[in-house]
Amino acid sequence: MSAPETQNDSGPVPTTGHEWDGIRELDNPLPRWWLWIFYASVVYAIGYWILMPAWPGLTGYTRGVLGKSDRAAVVEQLSELKTQRGQQNARLTQASLQEIESDPKLQAHALAVGQSVFGDNCATCHGVGGIGSKGYANLRDDVWLWGGTLDDIHRTLQYGIRSGHPQARFSQMPAFGRDQILTAAQVGDLTEFVVALSGRPANAAAVQRAAPVYAANCVACHGPEGRGDTLQGAPNLTDKEWLYGSARQDIKAQIHAGRGGVMPAWSGRLDPETVKALAVYVHANAAGQ
Amino acid sequence: MTDTTAQQDSPPGAVALLILSAVGAFLALIATGLSPDPLFRLEGWIFTFAALASAAALTVGVANGRYQADPGRYEDGVIRAGAIATVFWAIVGMLVGVVIALQLAWPRIFYFPEAGWLNFGRLRPLHTSGVIFAFGGNALIATSFYVVQRTCRARLAGGMAGWFVFWGYQLFIVMAAVGYLAGITEGREYAEPEWFVDLWLTLVWVVYLLVFLGTLWKRKEPHIYVANWFYLAFIVTVALLHIVNNLSLPVSLLGTKSYSLFAGVQDALTQWWYGHNAVGFFLTAGFLAIMYYFVPKRAEKPVYSYRLSIVHFWSLIFIYIWAGPHHLHYTALPQWAQTLGMTFSIMLWMPSWGGMINGLMTLSGAWDKLRTDPVLRMMAVAVGFYGMSTFEGPLMSIRAVNALSHYTDWTIGHVHSGALGWVGFISFGAIYCLVPWLWKKDGLYSNALVEWHFWIATLGLLFYIAAMWVSGIGEGLMWREYTPQGFLANSFVETVSAKQVANIVRALGGVMYLSGAVIMAYNIYRTIRQPAPSVLPKASGPIVAAAA
Repeated sequence: MSAPETQNDSGPVPTTGHEWDGIRELDNPLPRWWLWIFYASVVYAIGYWILMPAWPGLTGYTRGVLGKSDRAAVVEQLSELKTQRGQQNARLTQASLQEIESDPKLQAHALAVGQSVFGDNCATCHGVGGIGSKGYANLRDDVWLWGGTLDDIHRTLQYGIRSGHPQARFSQMPAFGRDQILTAAQVGDLTEFVVALSGRPANAAAVQRAAPVYAANCVACHGPEGRGDTLQGAPNLTDKEWLYGSARQDIKAQIHAGRGGVMPAWSGRLDPETVKALAVYVHANAAGQ
Repeated sequence: MTDTTAQQDSPPGAVALLILSAVGAFLALIATGLSPDPLFRLEGWIFTFAALASAAALTVGVANGRYQADPGRYEDGVIRAGAIATVFWAIVGMLVGVVIALQLAWPRIFYFPEAGWLNFGRLRPLHTSGVIFAFGGNALIATSFYVVQRTCRARLAGGMAGWFVFWGYQLFIVMAAVGYLAGITEGREYAEPEWFVDLWLTLVWVVYLLVFLGTLWKRKEPHIYVANWFYLAFIVTVALLHIVNNLSLPVSLLGTKSYSLFAGVQDALTQWWYGHNAVGFFLTAGFLAIMYYFVPKRAEKPVYSYRLSIVHFWSLIFIYIWAGPHHLHYTALPQWAQTLGMTFSIMLWMPSWGGMINGLMTLSGAWDKLRTDPVLRMMAVAVGFYGMSTFEGPLMSIRAVNALSHYTDWTIGHVHSGALGWVGFISFGAIYCLVPWLWKKDGLYSNALVEWHFWIATLGLLFYIAAMWVSGIGEGLMWREYTPQGFLANSFVETVSAKQVANIVRALGGVMYLSGAVIMAYNIYRTIRQPAPSVLPKASGPIVAAAA
């Protein structure tokens, strides 16, 4: 604050003569600096109104002598961004996935694009860096439900899984328990069977009882040895990766209800070249096939 | 209560309130019984029980001939109730704030998926409404009743109406709060209660306005004191804002849901016209009124400049009402409206500072008291934080600055420097002044506890604001960062995890500020429990005759 105009009760500044509950008021003038800054802010406002879109009328608004417009600015910035993304982006459109991966310069560009897009679109479910969580696939390992080649990943990205897109990847594990295809006892036995498949100690009698049930109900998708089938998104039951958990109760719940997750189709949401870049990024990040 | 009044009948106002309570309980019971909406029934039961409790209490009182008003004395009972309610809601509102700050700092630990009512989305409006309307609103109503009586030398108008305002307002708070937790919301920021709670508040608020105007009308002073201009501007404008922003059509008269009369960008602008002027007229004009009475009173100094108070009052209320669009920069709102919002916000800077100058300069000649009187120091610091936030506000309304600050924690920090620093501290100061006056004590139970409150709250507040500046500007910069290839450098979730340390510091600041309020509550409790002094303090005396 500026130098205060000093005052005290008996000082030179008179009061207004009013008094309320013992409170009186001095008759000090408006502080000069206060008044001048107030005037300056009014001048600034008027100047801004002259320069920029400001006052509405009946049919439009004053456009301002600078002719600025937010909408025009956005269009301009988007086109600048296109220039900045430049030739590499144009090459992404034309090159095949394999060509992108084999050209170090183009691959570096694709990885940069992929990382940015992954963070805002994929990390929500698959986690930062793609490590996944219960119900959401880990994208950093060598286990792939729907195949881990560049083309497999690209297709999954384009059309999604159970997304409703006509070309989406689709399969549905039956809810063996809930829909009463199998009895509760059979589901319990099958759980032991699946535990045994993954190389863990299990109740031998239950495993034996479950063998014909497995052969009749599960082989078609998970295969006779339980190694799964990437064409149907059927997981390999012999490894240590479990989408919905490895504990007995998790496996039992899955046999009972047959859950299957949904991944959106990205082809309508992201540019084709961006989806390609994402495929290259995911493929490079994981032990791709 | 003297012998002569005890034998008289209760005033007709008490009987009328008794009848209205009974009728209200009956109507609420019917609506509750007929409604198919379980949430509406929940609110209906609350209203029914409140009206029944009111009817029962009034029956006992009227049967014993109570509620006699002594025209020679001020109505202080309702202010005592308001002071207690202010302290109570301060602790509730701030506690909820600490809980949601912990949820932000440690989202895995403080996450309760099985208890939906404890989720951030339900607790956040409970916190904002709790501190603004429950704590701040009670502070404003209580102090306005005190100030308007003293500066008009007139007893509160309307007899029992003041008590209706107090209890009606508490009922509004409870119905709003229970509604938030149960999942009832209009989704309008700071105006989340649904249509039936809005209607109830409208009724209470209009009675509040009439009580205030009636007291001004009865005044025995030739002029109206500046604090009362600010209180009146606050009451009138909040009524206007509340009614227009909440114009909506209920789906059913027996259900909670309603739809706004506005749509699209018009709705957004209406909401922020309301939202920003809730800051302007609730949190600024109202608390300036507190400042204009309690600072000169406590400092025992005259107000610095009468002319400044006139000029800054009129410029403040004229300009504030235009500033809302600055909350909608770079949105679908037409650019010309953004321009007006921004330029009026900048012109608002000096009118806002007029209050700060009048507050601080009133202390000149009394600066030594800040060393010895922590209550006055608290109010001086409040005025300082008022000055800081009313500079920061216009700064953040500049479109180029807003492009960085909008949607970030900077905004949260700004709000809290105003809410904790200005609104909180000036209210605490007023409560510390009021309680000894109202309960006829020589002074507070402990000045040392006020010192503790002051320092722990000030430090907590500084932690809070500093953390929000760092995290807000940090996340703003991260959001706009592009890679050389022209893609966004950071994903949203990375910007969230980058804020964790700041979120922990913020929670710590909140815990400290809450601790200060708990210390205050204890001090106030002990003050009220003190034995009465042999000579009554002057401030609690009867209405004095007009000075010659």
